[in-house]
Amino acid sequence: MTDYSVKLNNLTKTFGWRLVFRNVNHEFVSGNIYGLAGSNGSGKSTLSRIIAGVVSSTKGKVVHSFKGIEIPPEKLHEQIGFVSPYLVLYDEFSAEENLIHFARIRGIPFDKDYNYSLLQTFGLYERKRDFLKGYSSGMLQRMKFVFALQHRPKLLLLDEPTSNLDNQGKETVYKVIRDYGKENLVIIASNEDNDLALCNEILNIEDFKTNPGDE
Amino acid sequence: MKAFALFKKDWESELRTRYAVNALAMFILVTISVILFSIGQESISEYLTGGLLWVVIFFSAMSGLSRAFVSEEERGTTLTLQLISAPSTVFSGKLIFNLLLVFLMNISITILFALFFDAFVIRNLLMFFLAFILGSFGIAVSSTLIAAIISKASTKGTLYPVLSFPVLLPLILTLLEITKSSIDGATVSETWVEIAILICYDAIMLTAGYLLFDFIWKD
Repeated sequence: MTDYSVKLNNLTKTFGWRLVFRNVNHEFVSGNIYGLAGSNGSGKSTLSRIIAGVVSSTKGKVVHSFKGIEIPPEKLHEQIGFVSPYLVLYDEFSAEENLIHFARIRGIPFDKDYNYSLLQTFGLYERKRDFLKGYSSGMLQRMKFVFALQHRPKLLLLDEPTSNLDNQGKETVYKVIRDYGKENLVIIASNEDNDLALCNEILNIEDFKTNPGDE
Repeated sequence: MKAFALFKKDWESELRTRYAVNALAMFILVTISVILFSIGQESISEYLTGGLLWVVIFFSAMSGLSRAFVSEEERGTTLTLQLISAPSTVFSGKLIFNLLLVFLMNISITILFALFFDAFVIRNLLMFFLAFILGSFGIAVSSTLIAAIISKASTKGTLYPVLSFPVLLPLILTLLEITKSSIDGATVSETWVEIAILICYDAIMLTAGYLLFDFIWKD
């Protein structure tokens, strides 16, 4: 099992005067699947983006560690695979071209066998040379998983992982999450009961919305 | 290497979408045509052609160089970039892309000026070449940094020239001075101060770019 952990230390996020969450303290460790639950607009996506290091928190800190050593922010992207409704891939390129570019920019060799096996798993192998602009929303969602898994990340962050997927796609995603969660750390932000049923532990964002004066 | 891979991705994307190249080419052609029509049969001074050259370069840069970041933001691919590379890689990759665009743009404009303006005569080519290289580099660095800033704003179109004007003004004024001296045939040693200003400007903007980009890039 990979010895990866994410520690949230007094994490607070506000947008102007609006409080999204306050003082979130939690530790996520590899070998588990965690859930982030909460109603629409509760801040699940915001929290997952803060964990991914693409959005700053207002207060507090997120500490990513591998084998007990803190990962510096500029190296964080090498450890994280992120699937999100806000993620957009380059639609002027084919799936294969996207993956080749991503591998080069990530500084890893383009492992043809592994990338093709990912495309096969998510049912995109036959369409790998088609431009993404011709993909359906479900196919684009599957492609986001290939993108997220391409560099074998130690942390898989999934925001609404099954949106736009058909039943077969959902089953594929659930199998991948279960398998990946055995060795690595998986965090799912979702409202779907079936998504959250995969999790060992669920963190409800609504529990971190209290202003000090409200108590 | 990673930055070069990002540049390669941008260049291939540019060849397919023509976000920036078409805007730049059209702007250059239209601007030079308008200048030629407005001059007509009048003869203009050598200094004026040197000034016009940098005016065209400045406004052409305004029209096309912001695309490096704005196109990523408009298409929603900024998050993708944040997830595959470190901020310094993104800045370097976009800078290489803008450097290529600026050099292509400036070489085209200079060739068109040499072809269509009889008064555009450079007597000290070495000095003009030096100013051209340092000036193009300065424009590319500043434009890349400003493009990153404005890509996060809602009024991208108007903000770019507004922010660029004060940042590029010292550069353009120095370039005008050196171009004037190279038209006069002055030696490099006579304009050493202006060349030193250009070198300092480029170094400062490059350092500021790498230092500030982390803060601009993260939401």
